[in-house]
Amino acid sequence: MNAPATPPSPYSSAIGKSNPESHTLSVLVDNEPGVLARVVGLFSGRGFNIESLTVAEVTHETHLSRITIATSGTPEVVEQVRHQLERLVPIHSVTDLTLTVRAIERELAMVKVRGKGENRVEALRLAEAFRAKVIDATTESFIFELTGAPRKIDDFVELMRPLGLVEVSRTGIAAISRGPEPI
Amino acid sequence: MGKVANFPPNRMESNMSKQMTGAEMVVEALKDQGVEVLFGYPGGAVLPIYDAIFHQNKLRHVLVRHEQGAAHAAEGYARSTGKVGVLLVTSGPGATNAVTGLTDALLDSIPLVCITGQVPTHLIGSDAFQECDTIGITRSCTKHNYLVRRIEDLPRILHEAFYVASNGRPGPVVVDIPKDIQFATGAYSFQKNIQHKTYRPQVKGDIGAIKHAVEMMAKARKPVFYTGGGVVNSGPTASSLLRELVRLTGFPITSTLMGLGAYPASDEQWLGMLGMHGSFEANNAMHDCDLMICVGARFDDRITGRLDAFSPHSKKIHIDIDPSSINKNVKVDLGIMGDCAHVLEDMVRLWRTSAAKADAPALAKWWGHIDQWRAKNSFAFRPSSKIIKPQHAVRRLYELTRGRDVYITTEVGQHQMWAAQHFHFDEPNRWMTSGGLGTMGYGLPAAIGAQMAHPDSLVIDIAGEASILMNMQEMSTAAQYRLPVKIFILNNQYMGMVRQWQELLHGGRYSESYTESLPDFVKLAEAYGARGIRCSDPADLDAAIREMIDTPHAVIFDCLVDQKENCFPMIPSGKAHNEMLLADLGDDAGLEIGGVIDEKGKMLV
Repeated sequence: MNAPATPPSPYSSAIGKSNPESHTLSVLVDNEPGVLARVVGLFSGRGFNIESLTVAEVTHETHLSRITIATSGTPEVVEQVRHQLERLVPIHSVTDLTLTVRAIERELAMVKVRGKGENRVEALRLAEAFRAKVIDATTESFIFELTGAPRKIDDFVELMRPLGLVEVSRTGIAAISRGPEPI
Repeated sequence: MGKVANFPPNRMESNMSKQMTGAEMVVEALKDQGVEVLFGYPGGAVLPIYDAIFHQNKLRHVLVRHEQGAAHAAEGYARSTGKVGVLLVTSGPGATNAVTGLTDALLDSIPLVCITGQVPTHLIGSDAFQECDTIGITRSCTKHNYLVRRIEDLPRILHEAFYVASNGRPGPVVVDIPKDIQFATGAYSFQKNIQHKTYRPQVKGDIGAIKHAVEMMAKARKPVFYTGGGVVNSGPTASSLLRELVRLTGFPITSTLMGLGAYPASDEQWLGMLGMHGSFEANNAMHDCDLMICVGARFDDRITGRLDAFSPHSKKIHIDIDPSSINKNVKVDLGIMGDCAHVLEDMVRLWRTSAAKADAPALAKWWGHIDQWRAKNSFAFRPSSKIIKPQHAVRRLYELTRGRDVYITTEVGQHQMWAAQHFHFDEPNRWMTSGGLGTMGYGLPAAIGAQMAHPDSLVIDIAGEASILMNMQEMSTAAQYRLPVKIFILNNQYMGMVRQWQELLHGGRYSESYTESLPDFVKLAEAYGARGIRCSDPADLDAAIREMIDTPHAVIFDCLVDQKENCFPMIPSGKAHNEMLLADLGDDAGLEIGGVIDEKGKMLV
């Protein structure tokens, strides 16, 4: 993960000269053993980048899982990622949400902050402003639960850093298309 | 995702279904799929399947001497027949030994079904004897793989494996069957033409795109067809449609190593193979063309040379059944997803009905350029009456086997390139070589596979003395099944291609590329019950080759050739198509060319 967006290959080609972009792919797969390993192995084997990956079964009756992958690369690399994913046998569909539909992206984070006095009050005040919930508290710490676009979580974490940030746990992005239609 | 998917019980179940064990299902499914020959090696975890094989005589099992041999033999069988090749190996080392062959089949898109035994389900993960994570190990070297966890799933998975291996872009599929599943009893039935749940490759090309392609072709002034193994894989129809289209248009055509034979080499529109050791005319036509029509090839680095100087002034059309091949290495102007045969059929039809015509004066001028390149005679070499030149040996082999029903396999290296340059093919499925992976040791087992499929044909493995030793044990297989394979070794005592690169890139320091203590190949042949022939004098060569051809059983032909010969022409690493090195026929070839490859080129393979 987090390999450079364009691997420094000696075969650096005519393709891949433009700037890297972030894309979110929504992948519907049969929830069979090893399917996640196939997807992850494809990314590592071909030098693609994974910035975030979430997976869960979404239709229990048909055992369909949705994998949401945030990747980055030039438009050509992202197109290659999509085609390579489509080749995998247990995959139903691959949609580039960034390209094709207006999508909503959300992530959940739990943020542990330790501090006393003014810092503690400030942390709580900022949490309120971000609509974070306090889900655990001691006399010297809070754990905040925060949902939102990844950017909002980044911002919140940055604000907590000087106030006694201890650690962060994030789920990665889940995404869905807007409007009444499925993707 | 650790959850085991709860597949519905086999939907194919009907009145036709029969109760049998998992091992019997394997045999039954292979028969239902029309398999006649399988290659394998027994072991603890596949004993029930071998027992089921013992109880029938429809399936012919070929006992190899190493599982890698089984995989390559299955490849040779598949490549020479167009059918799916099948191998059966045991768990652990059986499976890991097959990995090279599976990877080879993946890179060359050869349909294989590999059945591996596995330790019983309750022992999986316990580091049991001869246990390995076959599914994990083969995930990245197969098109798809399955671990069978329930007897109810076995019939479906077996038939799915054949469907996946042979549809879309073909490739190897592994079915890993734990021993307890082989013993378990369940219902088996076979229903033809089931639709796969998710895998349904598009075979028909977009007609709008094909129309556009035909328009581009009619406008082209300097067109070239660049074809590949996809045409051979698509089947004989694709080859005949390709011939029709090329003749209709009058365009020149070249092909990759894998695609040789799809278009007849004897035709005057044929430019010869392209790529690193391709012909001067093919590579220059690729560089200077204004329209490239790529059919079933994948812009491999051996083909393109330096990418940013690859065919800089051309529009490119790419027909491929695998969408991920389009725009992977080279950006094309028009991608057409579909099977070659279907797309070519539409192209031929549209070309005829639209009465499209090539730009005749421009085309004549283009052929004029090509004729100038042809005049370089880039496959030429300096003949000798004292020592056998390897190119001469291949040429004589070609001339003396002409008109016969011949299948050629090769190992990997200089001899492989010389075979591609100097042996000519007029039909598809006659040429079997390890193109993508470059597997030394491919040729002999592949020849065994091809000979099993074509018992009365002349099957020749054009080999090098280093490569052949990698799977020499398969001579024992050839002996057991009385397969009259001919091994034609161009023996220069060097790993020739390694030596050539050391000469070009590493100042002639031949580090470990010379083989001391080679076996006496004539005696080795005799040890395997075969005929050994040695030839070192050009004057004796024809008679010796005739003797080989006339021998009704296996032959190892030890052809002692010029040790210093280099394989030319050559696009040096990091160079473009129009920067080819040609053999210097006047002087000592190769000595001055070390400086041609720059530091960046040395980084490449």
